[in-house]
Amino acid sequence: MTSFLAQVDKITPPEIAYAAVAPILIVLGAACVSVLLEAFLPKHQRWTAQLLLSLITIVGAGGSLIYVAVGEVVPPQGQVTLSGTVAVDKPAVFLWATLLVLSFGAILLIADRSVEPGGSFVAQAAIRPGTVQDRAQAAKTGMQTEVFPLTLFALGGMMVFVAANDLLTMFIALEVLSLPLYLMCGLARRRRLLSQEAAVKYFLLGAFASAFFLYGLALLYGYAGSVKLTDIANATGGTNRSDTLLFAGFGLLVVGLLFKASVGPFHAWTPDVYQGAPTPVTAFMAACTKVAAFGGILRVLTIAFQHTQWEWRGVLWGVAIVSMVIGAVLGLTQTDVKRMIAYSSVAHAGFLLIGSIALSPSGLSGTMFYLLAYGFTTIAAFGVVSLVRNSDGEATHLSQWAGLAKRSPVVAGVFTFLLLALAGIPLTSGFIGKFVVFTAAIDAGMTPLVVIALVASAVAAFFYLRVIVLMYFSEPAADGPTVSVPGAFTTIAITLGAAVTLVLGLWPTFVLDWAGAGAFIF
Amino acid sequence: MTPTYYLLLSALLFSIGAVGVLVRRNAIVVFMCVELMLNAVNLSLVTFARINGSLNGQVMAFFVMVVAAAEVVVGLAIIMSIFRTRRSASVDDSNLLKY
Repeated sequence: MTSFLAQVDKITPPEIAYAAVAPILIVLGAACVSVLLEAFLPKHQRWTAQLLLSLITIVGAGGSLIYVAVGEVVPPQGQVTLSGTVAVDKPAVFLWATLLVLSFGAILLIADRSVEPGGSFVAQAAIRPGTVQDRAQAAKTGMQTEVFPLTLFALGGMMVFVAANDLLTMFIALEVLSLPLYLMCGLARRRRLLSQEAAVKYFLLGAFASAFFLYGLALLYGYAGSVKLTDIANATGGTNRSDTLLFAGFGLLVVGLLFKASVGPFHAWTPDVYQGAPTPVTAFMAACTKVAAFGGILRVLTIAFQHTQWEWRGVLWGVAIVSMVIGAVLGLTQTDVKRMIAYSSVAHAGFLLIGSIALSPSGLSGTMFYLLAYGFTTIAAFGVVSLVRNSDGEATHLSQWAGLAKRSPVVAGVFTFLLLALAGIPLTSGFIGKFVVFTAAIDAGMTPLVVIALVASAVAAFFYLRVIVLMYFSEPAADGPTVSVPGAFTTIAITLGAAVTLVLGLWPTFVLDWAGAGAFIF
Repeated sequence: MTPTYYLLLSALLFSIGAVGVLVRRNAIVVFMCVELMLNAVNLSLVTFARINGSLNGQVMAFFVMVVAAAEVVVGLAIIMSIFRTRRSASVDDSNLLKY
């Protein structure tokens, strides 16, 4: 035994810059503690404990992130750690901050128990919908507090995903962020069958897409002999390796990523899942998953495939066009407000993809700004959607929103502002986001694409304005929904989202400067 | 026997899995087809490890197995819960969310 051990080299453990990855460690560590709380605390204490833990975690991770961002413990341009698998650079820090702030808002929505008595989550997910026990649990006020650890795990996965510097880390992070989301989709208190159906659809399609991502990873490993993004980039720089492996691998990999970002022809799950999932989870998914997925896309395209951009750029042009057209045109035909926002997110994914394929510093900072702005607007919009209710839960059908401004001018006013931001009207963050992304795209020589994007925005603006007209200029139905008075949590989340949307529309400079502070390192 | 045959076999298995996901009706079978795709990836990872003469690909295959196991746990839980409600695991029956 000893003689055998003497023959092998000692494995030296990789250097870990703990201070640089502290925000991830805090979030994932707290997620584990949260699971333990779930196991050991009595039922009536769990909600308070879990909520406190989640909020403290986000604040603590934010604190350590500030420590990283000021450059005391990490070199100013960033640091690659864990033997080159995680890169903590300026874009990663910006995206981490975005994810933390957005998930703070989402956790407030998830924790809210005032709008729906007991919260939007089922008390016991194992009970069969439609049975006597189910009606009994719907009347009870408890909720399945496992949703908090699941949120933290998903958040941890997203943070790793945007900093992953090799494809294997990226794949693991993709699964860590997806698996909790599949479960969270199925936990709605009302309309449980729809919720479970959303979970099944999301799960089967998500697993299918990760298989594509993984096969792409395998082919690129065969091509470059490594899955590190830098090694792939070096391998593409003029060798006699097989182009078939490279482009087949690239295609499959990108399909997996575009699926998560709900771009273009890979969006089939988006409307169903957005509609069926509990609204706070939809808010979390719509805002944070989009940030994570586009963070990953930006890093992969910029670092690994910069040299081959003339080969693949045309294809992604097509994908961006398809995404914008599908989002804008199908959004026109929707009658459910959650589905309408889902199609709007498909259109927005197309705009974001334009910024991502510009592959320039201004494209990078513009896309990241857009992600931040879009995330806050979406969280606030879903917060408002959760307030409009009738006797069997949320009233999401658009006909029920007729004349809402007469019932509740404030809610209708806030929602109008958020829809205008989604449409990209000046004085909102949506306008600035579109402006910086389209400017970067024109600088990168993609003027035709920008023209198509402007037409798509104009078409999409029609369905936002239709809702506004419906709210203000229609007579309210006699048996229409009521607007719940939100508790503190939902109020804070909506106010935060709407305030950031306004502030970034008026004074975007400081965030734009921060987004453009540095490039990816590798 | 050249390693290329293993790559072809892996591509074949992956395609069978992908077609299976698209045409089969039962959620469990669809899920098995996804697992087949993941295992096809494992085969190509191991083959590429052999071709490249490094062990990384074999280590990655272990990561894939762990992830596949975690996915089974989550997936079967979700499929079970909808099966208990509907008494059917057919993906065609899940048609409440559309348009």
